[in-house]
Amino acid sequence: MTALAQLAFAPELFPNGVAQYLIGGFFVGFGISVIYLGTGIIAGNSTFLETSLSYVSKLPRFNIPRFVESRDWRVLFTASIILGAVAYKAIFDPSIFVTEVQWWRLLGGGVLVGIGTRIGKGCTAGHGVCGVGSVSRTSLVNVALFVGTAIVVALGVAAMGVTP
Amino acid sequence: MSDGGRGPYFTLLIVAGGLIEGFGLAYSGMARPEVVLDFLQLEDFGLLLVMGVASITAGLTFWGATTFGDRAPLTGKSYTRRVKSMDRNVAVGGVVFGVGWGLSGICPGAGYASIGVGNYQILWAMAGMFVGAYAQGYWRALRAPGDAGSVTAD
Repeated sequence: MTALAQLAFAPELFPNGVAQYLIGGFFVGFGISVIYLGTGIIAGNSTFLETSLSYVSKLPRFNIPRFVESRDWRVLFTASIILGAVAYKAIFDPSIFVTEVQWWRLLGGGVLVGIGTRIGKGCTAGHGVCGVGSVSRTSLVNVALFVGTAIVVALGVAAMGVTP
Repeated sequence: MSDGGRGPYFTLLIVAGGLIEGFGLAYSGMARPEVVLDFLQLEDFGLLLVMGVASITAGLTFWGATTFGDRAPLTGKSYTRRVKSMDRNVAVGGVVFGVGWGLSGICPGAGYASIGVGNYQILWAMAGMFVGAYAQGYWRALRAPGDAGSVTAD
């Protein structure tokens, strides 16, 4: 917490200020907390990708009972995340944002994110927020690996002159 | 759309939690791959604050519920922390996810929120994520036919 406070007061590390990050981060954790307190479910975000495949695939991996049982509310959860972002835009910044990151980076990165989060048992929400919040050693290892690897890759891609 | 017999309050809570999380992802800038890439290129450390504050908020909730709580009112499920077993997949998956995240600046939750801010380009990443999720399931089926996989994941 102290380290976090020190970070927050180092303006050269935060050229765009800190308010949106602190407030946004609180809402991310609060949304997860609301579901948890009512249901006991720790709702990660990447399981939606795999459970939804049970609607269209007969592969046994996608049709294990835990997936089939949770797929409906995960669709609803994901749709609500989209609508939550729509609400933010409507209230604070009514314009359309379209990324300039190139399509092949999004597609190729997306494939690897799909593989890696599912093999690795979670994503930035599951491991990064809920697992770290649970002080889970497994999650801390996973987060250190994906953050460290991503920094190396992002710096490498930038060094090769790919922008954005 | 069935609620698995859990009732309308379960559905309402899932919607409320999703709305709040999606709002937070958009507010924090994480719905914009550029902001994530700025962090990964060590130009703006805001993402650390987002993950830090979100995990502290969730962590305090987990700690409070497991210390003072009993069972979740809407499901009867016991309150637990999120502790997954450690194995080689956790390490391999973390590295593969890291390469993808570093390349694209996008992860699943932020990807959903990105659709909500109007970023239709993000559909490339969403299509990729489904292809990747399918590929790993197909690969697991080839590798261990008949084994549906016992690992858990979020």
